[in-house]
Amino acid sequence: MGSFISEPVGKSVPRVDIREKVAGTAVFADDLQFGPGLYYGRLVRSPYAHALIKSIDTGKALAVPGVKAVVTGKDVSTRIGLYLIDRPIFAGDRVRYVGEPVAGVIASTEEIAEEAAQLVEVEYEELPAVFDPVEAAQPDAPLLHPDLGEYEVANFIFPEPGTNISEHFKLRKGDVESAWPKCAAIVEGTFRLPQIQHVPIEPHVAVALWEPSGQVTLWTSSQSPFAQRDLIAQSLGIPHGNLRVVSPYVGGGFGGKAGVSMEACAVVMAQAVKGHPVKLRMTREEEFVGTTVRQSLVAHTKIGCDAEGNLLAMETEYYFGGGAYNDYGVNIARAAGYSCTGPYDIPNVKGDSYCVYTNQPIGSAMRGFGMPEIHWGIEQIMDQLAEKIGMDPAEFRRRNCVRTGDTILTGMKMPAIDLVACIDKVTEAIDWGKREEPSAPHKKRGKGIAIMWKAPAMPPNPGSSAIVRFNEDATVNVEIGAQELGQGAFTVAAQIAAQALGVPYEWVRVSAPVDTKYSPYEWQTVASRITWSMGNAVRAAAEDAKRQILEIVADYWDEDPEDLDIKDGKVISYKSEREQPLQKMVVYGLPNEGFEGWKGGPIVGQGRFMPTYVTNLDPETGQGTRAVVHYTVGAQAVDLEVDMETGQVEILKIASAYDVGKAINPDLIMTQIEGGAVHGMSSAFEALKFDEKGRPLNPSLVDYRIATSVDVPREIHGDIVETPLEDGPWGARGVGEHVMVQTAPAIANGINNAVGIRFNDLPLSAEKVFLALRGREEE
Amino acid sequence: MATHSITVTVNGVREYLNVPSHMTLLRMLREELALTGTKNGCEAGECGACTVLMNGEPVNSCMVLAVEADGAEIVTVEGLTPEDRLSPLQEAFVEHNAVQCGFCTPGVLISAHALLERNPRPDEQAIKEALVGNLCRCTGYLRIIKAVQTAAEKGGA
Repeated sequence: MGSFISEPVGKSVPRVDIREKVAGTAVFADDLQFGPGLYYGRLVRSPYAHALIKSIDTGKALAVPGVKAVVTGKDVSTRIGLYLIDRPIFAGDRVRYVGEPVAGVIASTEEIAEEAAQLVEVEYEELPAVFDPVEAAQPDAPLLHPDLGEYEVANFIFPEPGTNISEHFKLRKGDVESAWPKCAAIVEGTFRLPQIQHVPIEPHVAVALWEPSGQVTLWTSSQSPFAQRDLIAQSLGIPHGNLRVVSPYVGGGFGGKAGVSMEACAVVMAQAVKGHPVKLRMTREEEFVGTTVRQSLVAHTKIGCDAEGNLLAMETEYYFGGGAYNDYGVNIARAAGYSCTGPYDIPNVKGDSYCVYTNQPIGSAMRGFGMPEIHWGIEQIMDQLAEKIGMDPAEFRRRNCVRTGDTILTGMKMPAIDLVACIDKVTEAIDWGKREEPSAPHKKRGKGIAIMWKAPAMPPNPGSSAIVRFNEDATVNVEIGAQELGQGAFTVAAQIAAQALGVPYEWVRVSAPVDTKYSPYEWQTVASRITWSMGNAVRAAAEDAKRQILEIVADYWDEDPEDLDIKDGKVISYKSEREQPLQKMVVYGLPNEGFEGWKGGPIVGQGRFMPTYVTNLDPETGQGTRAVVHYTVGAQAVDLEVDMETGQVEILKIASAYDVGKAINPDLIMTQIEGGAVHGMSSAFEALKFDEKGRPLNPSLVDYRIATSVDVPREIHGDIVETPLEDGPWGARGVGEHVMVQTAPAIANGINNAVGIRFNDLPLSAEKVFLALRGREEE
Repeated sequence: MATHSITVTVNGVREYLNVPSHMTLLRMLREELALTGTKNGCEAGECGACTVLMNGEPVNSCMVLAVEADGAEIVTVEGLTPEDRLSPLQEAFVEHNAVQCGFCTPGVLISAHALLERNPRPDEQAIKEALVGNLCRCTGYLRIIKAVQTAAEKGGA
């Protein structure tokens, strides 16, 4: 089989998917071919942020030649959701954001569907709307969900019926009131972040087929094929075994393709035209406001320390603008609550984290899941505290950051990490403390640092499973339900299987696409949990297969399996030094002596992993034995310039260091570090904008700019720290989201270092920076 | 709806097609010829995922009507890929791990290919400018830029 890579864990082996991706042959959901029976769908969306639906007349739309059916909320009255079942698939008696699906038109072509969608007549009665999460949390705010008390909800989420508060997480540790007088420095601030969007280059697309037999198939671009099956099956009363979700490569997810967004609409539309697949594809405009967005946040935060720089107390209120439906967003507010201090050891903490309904697009998972939002304020206050007591900001962080074995804010013991090492790496890489010359007289240069932590935020018991199957030539098919979004999950699965089996990396194939009919269960490809959770399942499956092989060969040689191992695709005996190639025997087994019968058979290994130790937390204090599975920590430092004439901020260099436990594939981690740094940088300049009626003003890639090739820093430096995680495969933990969590506050700290101005609100637009510079001149 | 008979050469193969007036070149490639390597990311000329070569020049195929391509030579990512191997440019993308989700990759490759055709030794700034219309949300662009440099150093696309 030519040259091969043995023992690939820890090596920067090539991605399993890269050759088909550069050849253009990698298949994405929109590339699947369905033939002439395919119909197309278009959604009719609400033009109002908050309104009652008085009537819907579909007559004119149905009269258009080529229109096959029109569905509305009357056809499906159930709700859907993961943590809080609050969302109708099509609006019922009211709409709660501009862009909410009100009806779906199915036609023979996309053009006809679009034309007919404009002919669906909906009569609305406009209601007062609310957009700011703090305003929305007030008792007299317009109420979005009068039925909140009747919604089904997970037992660790605490909505407050009669208000717009869908989740209130309380963290109480020590006594903040008695700690404030002991503080030598206290900094308090209000920090605001707008809604932003994931902007995957591939828009959401779903094709649904409801067969007359009752079998339903959904082809989607999804991070969560199994969660989609579960939620849609529950909502529509389809037996799980009858609902098949097939998901090819995902063209960028970043959380936006987690859970269910528009996919349930496609299934309901397919039900109206049984036997015909229906394709529903988001336009770029719909992608911005009709799928999901990152939640907005208003944070009121106060932190104090003593004269030596020891943090003593923190009090914070986080108001997440969850948008119209918070079926997923409630858990973001919860995660922000139980991690509300950021990566710091603070003895006295009072934290209140709220998810609040607002008449805006649906807030949901986005890379970092609440952590970029809360670190924006925390990491600027830490800099201000350090300044107040005259300490270097990096040293201040070294002194106060969380360490292995600390009893953290929820009462759990901090699993092994080394955040100080991450701080050391980035300060070294950025020449911390060295003042650099700006490139032009009208520019000022500065450096900033920020650190972070993030735990996988999920229910206590999300599971992974894997199957390892041998073929006759000893190549291996690894079956997983985890999804390849670009982060490299398939490559990591292949590396782990090869390592645990003792076969070359090139012998392993990852079975794709993920198909709930054939792939083993995976909760969701979210939360940076896959390398860890799926990795453990793949390793277990490979070890199961290996055990089966060794038992057969041990029997064949009349040896003890304990003396045998598999190396480079051969079974070897350390005792007798015999060798047995895997080819053929992994399917046909081995003969008994003199061919008096056979032993063995096709090798199929199975493995699973589920954390069993996470506990619920006390609803009044947020205290409990084990809030989360673990944390990944890291540091970033930036070197930047501010153009004093234009307000433009140019990022020259970003240095990142993360403690990943064990780098299964170091270069894949570097690709995350680099891409994440640019994503984090870009996010500091992004904002969805709305008019006073809640109508989106910039839902296009021209008006909502993301970083392009000319915006990237000249250098992105990355360091990997490896403090093994107790229950990670070879010690590995995830890092996919962490790489962008603290980039925005690192930039803000760098701007302050350059020009001495603080910005509490994102985005850091050139206009805002320019006006602040101008305002200071006028003073 | 009016249709038009057009003749268009796609990846060296002459195609005779009947296309509606409003059909874009992107839809023609993906839906009439099943050349799905060219991606639809915005249909508004903003993301570059649908970039193809039209008479040697990179264009957003969502901004060109199929009828406008009558008589033209079109090259898609499938046409960049030699049989049984990858092009030097594609190999450079593999070498630098310059791909994550891969959705922008076909358009990026076309833009980079066109750059190397007109400027065989581009500097970093020239590469950045040539790729400014190809949005990528995963990689942070640096490896893409390095891959194009490597391909240039090794003798072109």
